[in-house]
Order: sequence, then C-alpha cells, then structure tokens
Amino acid sequence: MPEDIDKMADLSPEDQDRLARTGLEVDMKNRSGSFFQVDQEIKEIASLQEGIEVHSLADALRKYDWLSDYLWKAVPKDKDKYTRYVAEQEDPRGFVVIARENSRSVYPLQACLFLAKTSVQHVHNIVIAEKGAELHIISGCASASYTKKGSHIGVTECYVGEGAHVTSTMIHNWGEEISVFPRSASIVQENGVFLSNYICMQPVRRIEMAPIARLEGKNSVGRFNSIVIAPPGSYLDLGSVAQLSAEGASAELMTRAITTGGHIISRGLIEGQTRRTKGHIECKGLILKDGTIHAIPEIKGEVVDTELSHEAAVGKIAREEIEYLMSRGLDEEVATATIIRGFLDVRIDGLPGVLQDQIDAAIDAAEKAGF
Amino acid sequence: MLDIEDLHVMIGDRVVLHDINLHIGEGETHVLMGPNGSGKTTLLRAIMGFGGLDIAKGKILFRGRDVTRLPIHERAKMGMGMLFQRPPTIAGLKLGKLLAVTSGEDTAVVNEYAKYLNMHSFLDRAINLGFSGGEIKRSEVLQLMVQGPDFVMLDEPESGVDLENITLIGNAIAKLLEKDVHIVNRKKSGLVITHTGYILDYLDADFGHVMCDGEFRCHGNPREILKVIKTSGYKECLACQKI
Repeated sequence: MPEDIDKMADLSPEDQDRLARTGLEVDMKNRSGSFFQVDQEIKEIASLQEGIEVHSLADALRKYDWLSDYLWKAVPKDKDKYTRYVAEQEDPRGFVVIARENSRSVYPLQACLFLAKTSVQHVHNIVIAEKGAELHIISGCASASYTKKGSHIGVTECYVGEGAHVTSTMIHNWGEEISVFPRSASIVQENGVFLSNYICMQPVRRIEMAPIARLEGKNSVGRFNSIVIAPPGSYLDLGSVAQLSAEGASAELMTRAITTGGHIISRGLIEGQTRRTKGHIECKGLILKDGTIHAIPEIKGEVVDTELSHEAAVGKIAREEIEYLMSRGLDEEVATATIIRGFLDVRIDGLPGVLQDQIDAAIDAAEKAGF
Repeated sequence: MLDIEDLHVMIGDRVVLHDINLHIGEGETHVLMGPNGSGKTTLLRAIMGFGGLDIAKGKILFRGRDVTRLPIHERAKMGMGMLFQRPPTIAGLKLGKLLAVTSGEDTAVVNEYAKYLNMHSFLDRAINLGFSGGEIKRSEVLQLMVQGPDFVMLDEPESGVDLENITLIGNAIAKLLEKDVHIVNRKKSGLVITHTGYILDYLDADFGHVMCDGEFRCHGNPREILKVIKTSGYKECLACQKI
C-alpha cells in the first residue's frame, strides 16, 4: 500500500482507472467540487462553485451549530447494527455538502470514498439543498486493486428544500470480497425533486441497501433508478422506499437487473399515505446464466385517491430478438450483447448529460468485458 | 442467385413445407402468393435460416453455395436480407444504434436513408416500440437499405400501411431491388409475399408462385395469377391439380 496518497492523482494508474470507472475525474474536469476520503483519512476537499459548500463532517459541525439538528434526523440512529456502529464513532468521517438558496451546480460535485487498507470504512454524510437550489452529486465508491477484503458502512442523510432539485448518482466498483452497507434517507420538501441513480456493474461480495425518500412536501418527486449486474459470488440486496405523505407527491422506482450467476434481491416499496399521490415500481430482470433475481415490489395504499402500480418481469432474452438482429448481419454474440446493452440503456430525465455519460461509460465498460 | 432443391421443412412432427423447388436468378423479382397458413412465411424463414424449423430434406443454395445449415448472420453477410411482417419490439435498443452497427458507423449513409424514408425522428427510439404499422414497415425498409442485401425477401411489405406511405415504401423497395437500373445491369433479386398485390404497382415482378398447404401449386405471370385470385379467391388454387 503506498503511504503517500494525498490526492487522487497520487493513486497508482490502475487505481485511478478503477476510480474513473466509478465516474470520478481525477483532474476535476467537468466537476464543481470534490471530496476524497481514503479509509478514514480525508485527503481532499474542494468547491469550485459559488453557493455550494463542501466540508468534512467534523469541520462542518464545528462551523455550524445548527448542523447537529440534521444529524440522525432522516436516518434513525438505531435503525440497525450498522447505523449504531456509525453512531458510536467518536470521530465520525464523511462529507457535508450545502447548496445555498437558489444556487445551481452546472457540473456535478464528486465524492470519492476509497477503501485501501482498513478493514472497515465508515462515513456519515449530510447533503442539504436549500430552497430552489440545484445540486448534482456523483459518488464513486471503490476499493484499491490490492485490497481484497473489507467493509464499507455509509450513512447519508439528504435534505431537499422547497423547490430544490438534487440528483445523487452512485457508481460502485468494489472488490470481489468487499461488503457494503449504505444506509441513506432523504426528506423532500414542497416541489422538491430527489433523483437517485445506483449503478453496480462490477463484482462485489455483498451489498445491502434500501434508501428511503420521504416525500413530505406538496408535489415533491422521488425517483430511484438501479442498474446492476451480479456475477457469480455477488449478493446484491437492493431496495428503495418512497413514502408519499403530501398531496401531489409522486415516486418511481426503476430497476434493471442482470445475473450471470449471482444473487439479486430487488425490493421496492411505495407507500401512498395521502390523497392525490402516485407511484410506480418497475423491475426488469434478465437471467443470462443460472443465478437468482428475486423481485419483491410492494405497494401500500392507505387512502382514497392514491394511485400505485408495479410491474416486474424476470426472464431470458427472446430468441426471436437475437435472430432478428442476426438477420441484419450481427453474429449471435454481438446480437446478444446489443440486446443486453439496450436492456440496460435507461435515459434518466433530469440528469445532466455529463452524468448520463458516466453511467453509459460504466455500462460500456461492462459490455466490453462481455458482461 | 437462389436455388432451392426438393426442400422439406418440419415444425415439430408436422410437415409444413414439402417438395419445394425454386430458382431465382440475378436481377429477378418473384412474388409468392397463397392463403393464410399456407407456408409462405415459413419458406422465407427457412431461406434466412431461422430456428424452430427442421430442414428434413433438400438444399438451399445461395450464389452456388450450400447454405442449408449456415447461421443466419452468415447468410446475411453473404447478401440475404429480410423485411419482417411482424418484427419483434426490442425495448431499449434504439433504431439508430442498430443502424450504426449494421452500417459500420457510417452516419452519412444512415442519415441519407433515414431522411429518404422520413424516419429521422425514430432513430432515437427503441426498435418498433409504439411504432404504427406504417412506421414498422418504414423502419424495416430503412434497415434493409442500410444493410444493402443483394437478395431481399419481403414478407407482406404493404400490410398495415396507409395509402400515403405505400407510395414511399413501394418506391423505396423498388430502389432496393434496383428497378431504376436497366434490366441488363440489374443485380438485385427479390422474393415478395403479397396478399393484396398493391406492392406490384411499384415493382415489376417477373415470376409468380402460388403456395397452398406447404407446396407450390402453380408458377406463372404474377399479374395473371393475381387476377385469378382476385376473381375466384384461392378456391381454384386449392382445387387445382399439383403442377
């Protein structure tokens, strides 16, 4: 393990490449700010965009008294053993991003959490978008090429103010023996939009996560998109939860899952707690080699005038589609890869082009590696 | 261009085509007619090499080479192409992306033909997803124009197409089959399935064949055959003695 990593550029070319595959830009091109943590050491903090602040959690708590009100407000401290573990830390690490009122990030802010030699990396992140702010965050989480074992436990609490628009794009590139336990929740105020994208195209031992969006403001919107592949040995227990508790609130949970031998549980839960709310869950799974895709969409309506629906399909690529492309001159392998690429190709409304490009690049890399 | 010798095709334990012999020369356009379920589409699928069919007997020769057991894409690479009556919908796969692959990333060619077929706004849409009947056929013709096959099989190119689009599609297919090239120099060949015969207003077909119950019942001038079918239906063909 190299001892002198102070910034992303100090990483070996191989590890820089691993980070690049999580959508991070070592040279900060097209980025409005950056946070870089290796194990429990914070290495880089920068904000290039007026109105958007990036701090370490410790610095932010020292600087702003009011910030403690936001700690453990969206995610309960005693939610499970992982949140309790983070809560017990005397010197918690992680980042705080504050997008001030009506600020607008043209480029996304990147947060990199890198697991090198510690056995457990833990972080507690707070994201606050004030009234009318627009904030895009890309979180690249990866382990070093030489790191074979370890765990990452991350608590993220996101507060989307009135009319604010927050996108959170997370591309994971962990090792085959790494276990990951993110615990996140967002609270969205009136006319606020929270958009979460999760991409995992690389092997990982175990991921367990089920981020929650609490849509508490009128006409607030929550959308979750997950695009994942599970190779043999990967166990992905992924879910997302939307609670519609204000009139006009709406949510969409979309998953595209492929197994090439791994185990995927795709959970989705939308709770329609108030009138004039809408929600839809869509889960599509492809089993390319024997493995498991277990789709568990749940919708729970509690009042008149909440409209909730779900659709889930798990299967194989239709032979008819492969042969159709073969009749255009594509060999069977290319035809199959082209259909899989199409299956994963999801256009996400409201996402800046530069982030859509990063998602496409992560899928392209998986395509090149033959999924 | 294409020679079929004594072809017998089965689906499961059922004989669906038998005693099929056909020669299609370079530059010729043949028309295939017959009642629903007579085996016309199955013949096209057997020539293209689709699965789900067993060639029990006989041979398919393309440009003199026995292609009976060749995979679909190799037949396509040799110059075969097919317009599907009901192509599958491929969610997520954009028409433009497929055309980029089949054209070898030749954007200029894709744009030229997309413009010709008024399909520019469809390049960014998933193949056939929410397309109308006419749009599906325009997409099929566009894919074939980009692919540029020497032997084109067309399975009911006019079905589901409105009158306005039939002219566009008819002219495009005529172009595909080099109907604008002098007969002496024409190299492209075609095999067209039609029920209505509307497409023949755009293509001067050279030969007609009638298929009933998995076999050819007659061969001849396509317009005359169509005239008989229009007057008497397929009753006469079904009653007609085998050729």
